[in-house]
Amino acid sequence: MNSLPNAPLNYLNHKTGLWSWLTSTDHKRIGLLYFYSIIIFFCTAAILGLLMKIEKIAPGETIMNAQTYNGMFSIHGIIMIFIVVIPGLAAVFGNFFLPIMIGAKDVAFPQLNLFSWYIYITGACLGLYSQFAYGHSPDAGWTFYVPYSAEVNSNIVIALTAAFVLGFASILTGLNFIVTIHRMRAPGMTWFRMPLFPWSLYATAWIQILATPIIGITLLMVIAERTLQIGFFDPVLGGDPVLYQHLFWIYSHPAVYVMILPAMGVVTEIFPTFSQKPVFGYMPIVFSSLAIALVGYFVWGHHMFTSGMSYEARWFFSFLTFLVAIPSAIKVFNWLSTMYGGSVDLKPPLLYAISFIFLFTIGGFTGLTLGSLATNIQVHNTDFVVAHFHYIIFGGMGFGFFAGIHYWYPKMYGRMYNIRWANIAWGILFFGFNSLYFPMFIIGLQGMPRRYFDYDPKFQTGQLISTIGAFILIAGLIGMISNLIYHRRRGAIAPANPWHGVTLEWQIPSPPPHENFDEVPVITREPYVFDNPYTK
Amino acid sequence: MSTTEHSDFIDSDTGKMGMWLFLFTELFLFGGLFLVYAVMRSKYSADFHHAALELNAFIGATNTVVLLVSSMTVAMSLTAIQKNKPGLAMGLIFITLLLAGVFMLNKYFEWGHKFSLHLYPGSDVMKTLPHGEIMFFGLYFMMTGLHALHVIIGGILLTIVMMRIKSGKISREHYLLQENGALYWHLVDLIWIFLFPLLYLIT
Repeated sequence: MNSLPNAPLNYLNHKTGLWSWLTSTDHKRIGLLYFYSIIIFFCTAAILGLLMKIEKIAPGETIMNAQTYNGMFSIHGIIMIFIVVIPGLAAVFGNFFLPIMIGAKDVAFPQLNLFSWYIYITGACLGLYSQFAYGHSPDAGWTFYVPYSAEVNSNIVIALTAAFVLGFASILTGLNFIVTIHRMRAPGMTWFRMPLFPWSLYATAWIQILATPIIGITLLMVIAERTLQIGFFDPVLGGDPVLYQHLFWIYSHPAVYVMILPAMGVVTEIFPTFSQKPVFGYMPIVFSSLAIALVGYFVWGHHMFTSGMSYEARWFFSFLTFLVAIPSAIKVFNWLSTMYGGSVDLKPPLLYAISFIFLFTIGGFTGLTLGSLATNIQVHNTDFVVAHFHYIIFGGMGFGFFAGIHYWYPKMYGRMYNIRWANIAWGILFFGFNSLYFPMFIIGLQGMPRRYFDYDPKFQTGQLISTIGAFILIAGLIGMISNLIYHRRRGAIAPANPWHGVTLEWQIPSPPPHENFDEVPVITREPYVFDNPYTK
Repeated sequence: MSTTEHSDFIDSDTGKMGMWLFLFTELFLFGGLFLVYAVMRSKYSADFHHAALELNAFIGATNTVVLLVSSMTVAMSLTAIQKNKPGLAMGLIFITLLLAGVFMLNKYFEWGHKFSLHLYPGSDVMKTLPHGEIMFFGLYFMMTGLHALHVIIGGILLTIVMMRIKSGKISREHYLLQENGALYWHLVDLIWIFLFPLLYLIT
C-alpha cells in the first residue's frame, strides 16, 4: 500500500512557487488552476444568488432596487453559466483525470491547454469587469435577448466579449480532449475498454466544438449591432429578433449537455466503485452519452415555444425534446441497476451521486412539463423554469461536481477529508437545496414570473421558505468547503486506493507523480472488473 | 523522470488532427453568418438583388484568382520543404504573402469606395435605404471584414513559418507548423470561395 508520509516527488511538490504553477503545462496542475478559479467564481455568484433571495424575502423593495436586481440576476447567470458550469467538470476533473484514466502522460497539446486557461481567466476577468466598470452593470440576463440587449445603456458589450472569449477557451479544451482520446490511449485500451468518464468527456467535447462557434458569431453580431449599428436583429433596422433567439439557443441548449454530461460521467465512475460491482450496461451508457450529444443538438426550439414559430416546428421540437429524455433515463436505470445487489458503501461520494439521481430526475420530469406544448404556455417564464433549471444544473452538474470532489480528493491531494463532517454538510446542503428550489415549482405554477424583484403577496409563503432554504444551502456549502480546505494539509494521509476503485487513477500513488505513470500501462481487459489485486 | 516539463514535440498526425478540428470550428463560425444571410436573403430577396449590383464583380473575381494562386504557392512551398529546398519554400511563402497583400489592397480600395459613397453602417445615406439593402451591406461588411481578419491572421502565421524555415526549426523532418499554416491558408481561401458568389455573383 502506497501510504507515504515522506512522499516522493509528486506533481504538487516536484516544483514549487507560484510561477511554477502559472507556467506549468502539467494537466493535473492546470486542472487545479481551473478548480480554484471556478470555486472562487462559484462562491461569488452564489453570494449574488443569496442577495437576490434576501431581496425576495418580502414583497416590495427590501435590500435593493429593481435596476440592481436586474444587474444581479444577469451577472449571477453570466458567471454561473459561462465561467462556472460550462467549463466546470470537464476543465477540472477532465483535465486532471482524463489522461490518467486512459493511461497517458498528458493531454495531446499541453501548451494549448495552459493557453486555454489563460484565455479562460481573461474572459472571466472581463465578465467581472462588466459588473464593476463605470456605468450600469449588464441587465439583459445571461441570454442577452435582442432588441433589449442591443439598445439598453449598460455594459453589455464587455459582457458579450467576456462570453465570446470564454467560448474560445471552451472550444480549445474540447479540441484538446478529442485529440487526446483519439491519439493518446495506452496500448491495449481500445475504445470500449475506456472508462465511462472519458466517454462522457468525448461526447461533451464534440458538442463544445460543434456548437460553441455559433454562439461566438452570434455574440459578435450583437457587438456589431451595438457598436457599428449593423441591424442583424433589431427590427427597427430590418433585423429579426427571433433569429437571434434561434442562434442563441442553437448553442445554449447543447451547452446544457456540456454541463450535465461530464457530471453523468463522474457518477458513472462512483456507482461501480461504491457498489464493488461492474457497471451495469457499459455499452448503453456509452451510446446514451453519444445520443444525448446528438439529439441535444436539435432541440433548441423548445426554448421558444411562445416566441412565434410554426405549429410544425413546435411539434417537431417538442417531439425531439421528449426523445432526448430516453437516453437520460437509460443512464438512470443503469446507475440504479449497478447498485442493485452490490455491497453498497454509503460514503460521501455515493451520497452525492445518489442525490444527483434524485435531483436530476425531478429536474428531468419537470423538463418534460416544459417540453410539452400545452403546459409550456402556462409555465413559460415563471419561477417553474428557474426551479427546473436549477434542479438540472445545480442538482445535476453541481452535485455531480461535489461527488467528484469527494471521490477524487484523496487522489488529488493525498489527504483524506473528515467523512462524518462531509456527511453532515451533505445533509444540510441537500435539505437546503430542496427547500430553496422546490417552493419555486409551486409558486411558478401559480404564476410567479421569473426575474422579478417584487411579487404579489400571495407568493409570500413560498418565497419565504425559498429564502430560508437559501441560507441553509449556503451553510451547507460553507460546511463542505471548510472540510475540504481544513483537511488539505491536516487530513489523514490517503492511501493510493482508499475506495477500492479499479480504474487506472487508483493504481498510481496519491498524489500522482509528475508524469503519472513510471511505465506506460498496458490494458488487457474491460475497465470495471472487481477482482484486481489493487483492491485487496 | 525527466525534470523538464513535458516535451514540446507533438507528433505530426496528432497536430494535424487538432488543426482540422479547429478549421471545422472556423467553418461553423462563418456558418452562423451564412445562416443569417440565407434567412435575410429569403426575407428581402428584391433588396438583396438591388444592393448586390453595387458590388464590383471584377474586383471580386480578381481577388478570387489572387487567393486561389496564393493557395497554390503555399501548397508548393510544402512540397519544396519535403524535397529539402528551404530557400524555394521561403520564396513561395513570400509570394503567398505578396498575394495576400494584393488581396488586402483590393479590399481596401473596395471598402474605401463604399465609404466615399456613404455606404457604411449607420451613415446618413444608409438610413434612407430600404431595410433589405441595409442588411445586405451590413452582412457585406461583417462577412468580408471577418474574412479580412482571417487573411491577416493567416499572413502572420505564414510569416512565422517563414522565419522558422530560415532558422532551421522547420525542416524536411519537422514541418508540422508549415503544414498547419498552409491548411489555415486554404481555409481562408475556401471561405472566400463561398463569400464571392454569395455577395458578388448572385444578384
